[in-house]
Amino acid sequence: MFAFIASRILQAVPVLLAVGLIAFALFAYVGDPVTIILGQDATDAQRRALAHDLGLDRPFFVQYAHYLWSAAQGDFGISLRLAQPVSALIAERLPATLELAVTASVLAFAVGVPMGVHAGIHRDSFVSRLFMVVSLIGVSLPTFVLGILLILVFSVSLNWLPSFGRGPVVAVGSWWTTGFTSWAGIRALILPAVTLGLFQMTLIMRLVRSEMLEVLRTDYIRFARARGLTDRAIHFSHALKNTLVPVITIIGLQFGGIVAFSLVTETVFQWPGMGLLLVQSVVSADIPVMSAYLLLIALLFVAINLTVDLLYFCVDPRLRALGRRAETRGR
Amino acid sequence: MTLLSVRDLVVEIPSRRGLARPIDGVSFDIEKGEILGIVGESGAGKSLTGAAITGLLPNPGRIAGGMVLFDGNRIDDLPATRMRRLRGRRIGMIFQDPLTTLDPLFTVGQQLVETMRTHLPLSDTAARTRARDWLDRVGIPAANRRIDAYPHEFSGGQRQRVVIALALCAEPDLLIADEPTTALDVSVQAHIIALLRALARERGTAVMLITHDMGVIAEIADRVAVMYAGRIVEIGPVDAVIRHPTHPYTDGLMGTIPSVARRLDRLRQIDGSMPRPNGTRDAMPVGCAFHPRCPKVFDRCRQERPVLHTAGASLVACWLA
Ligand SMILES: Nc1ncnc2c1ncn2[C@@H]1O[C@H](COP(=O)(O)OP(=O)(O)OP(=O)(O)O)[C@@H](O)[C@H]1O
Ligand SMILES: [Mg+2]
Repeated sequence: MFAFIASRILQAVPVLLAVGLIAFALFAYVGDPVTIILGQDATDAQRRALAHDLGLDRPFFVQYAHYLWSAAQGDFGISLRLAQPVSALIAERLPATLELAVTASVLAFAVGVPMGVHAGIHRDSFVSRLFMVVSLIGVSLPTFVLGILLILVFSVSLNWLPSFGRGPVVAVGSWWTTGFTSWAGIRALILPAVTLGLFQMTLIMRLVRSEMLEVLRTDYIRFARARGLTDRAIHFSHALKNTLVPVITIIGLQFGGIVAFSLVTETVFQWPGMGLLLVQSVVSADIPVMSAYLLLIALLFVAINLTVDLLYFCVDPRLRALGRRAETRGR
Repeated sequence: MTLLSVRDLVVEIPSRRGLARPIDGVSFDIEKGEILGIVGESGAGKSLTGAAITGLLPNPGRIAGGMVLFDGNRIDDLPATRMRRLRGRRIGMIFQDPLTTLDPLFTVGQQLVETMRTHLPLSDTAARTRARDWLDRVGIPAANRRIDAYPHEFSGGQRQRVVIALALCAEPDLLIADEPTTALDVSVQAHIIALLRALARERGTAVMLITHDMGVIAEIADRVAVMYAGRIVEIGPVDAVIRHPTHPYTDGLMGTIPSVARRLDRLRQIDGSMPRPNGTRDAMPVGCAFHPRCPKVFDRCRQERPVLHTAGASLVACWLA
């Protein structure tokens, strides 16, 4: 188990180094920070002095190593647009994005799995067909269209839910903020979370459905019926558990996607998260923020992959056995 | 006392080409404590007969005629919940392929305990003790330790024994065993056969034993039914059917089994092959289904389908009997 985790972390290092290189190349070579900071009219001496202060006259790999080292300590440089440390900006935005992404994922999972199970068991029922049609819409409707539609219906026409912003938030600990403590904060979360989660929900539903159909045809399910187990035990204990391995993969990878691409939803709802920060940074060519964003997303994907692998371990004894065998061979 | 009675069973499976009838009028009885062997070449309908009795026909197959009586009551038209309570508890079933019949994500102990507790009023600990006993009885060494192992940690033969334990653990009155010993080596096979025989003699468990292995039949079956193209062509006491086969097909079957009775695969030595009821109109020959291959065929065989009638100690479907 420990060896497995260690080897996975080792495998992730080259990925992070490569992404770090791209982030650094962006940081160092796109735009000219000296000009941006000093303006067009600076003298050559001023420019050289600043370049030296910023370390821009050092060799490439020294700068790269320095960049990574700083990043590892949470120092991503200074935002060109806002003249604040990038880390502070991100720390300010991260809770909003994570709260939105986690809520959307939980929603997608909590609704998508039962729908998929139902559609898999009663494949020809009216409700299942309805699910399939609705899910087709969910898969094909672009996020921004869905967001705008939801705003039109629930904010403009019905005036039930706010159309933008995060509502009131409360600080928790030194840097986390949450909107969950007040009703207004939760209400502000509903529309963005539904918008962000609907695509994932339909995806999960379709995946669970097709996996269920597959598993229900297997010999061990037939034998479970021959053993006289209840439908409940067959469907929810045996069949569902066997569909979980692929479902976990998709949900894990989707969560990375949700965070990385929440920028559309965040833009539509003016949600003060990292996606919105990225969009604003791209508009004003704020390279340090973009580099930091890139690195963080890579780190997130690596963490998710590791979590997914660990979940496999918990679900599937055959993988546990493989892991154990690999470990003994390693020794 | 008759435990299971199958009467004129017809199974139909709709397909794109038409309505196939893989079981076409099968009738037989099994007494309490009796072991009935079912033999016949691949595709004869042996497995489907077992599936029809337990209400587990593959979709979209269905029982289109006849009936199944169990312990005096009709069970082919039972509501799903009542049929479920019968399965496992009163009718145990073993499927053909042991490698895929166990749920890979649960330990064998969990699967045994789950099965027993579904049917019997047992505490978790009591069920676990019994699970260990069952593994022991079917010949899994170190049952105490192996009870917490997952199916993939067992060999094919051991898995088949676990499957047998699962089918027997709620102590059914009838066991439908579809090739229960095919995957096993000879010594394990002997062990399982002894176990089945002990169950039949001591507990009065009736066994419907589907197999290709005439050796197994000769060893433990009381009676044997020979199936051909969805029908029973001969059924009777093992000795009579094996030593003095009446139906030309049975005769060919025994003739192809060189003195020491063994595998039925050699049956291909009878010229031609068995017709498959695939739903098209001329898939099945008119009259007796065996007539195109029969060495003793005459006119009547090509026109009229023979029904089972008494011939000596057996029932035979042949115009010559
Ligand atoms: N799910 C199904 N759909 C369509 N036809 C089927 C299905 N299952 C079985 N059949 C057909 O029904 C007939 C009988 O099949 P069955 O499985 O009962 O044969 P069997 O006697 O058990 O053969 P084997 O010795 O190979 O196990 C065959 O012709 C087969 O093609
Ligand atoms: Mg079969």
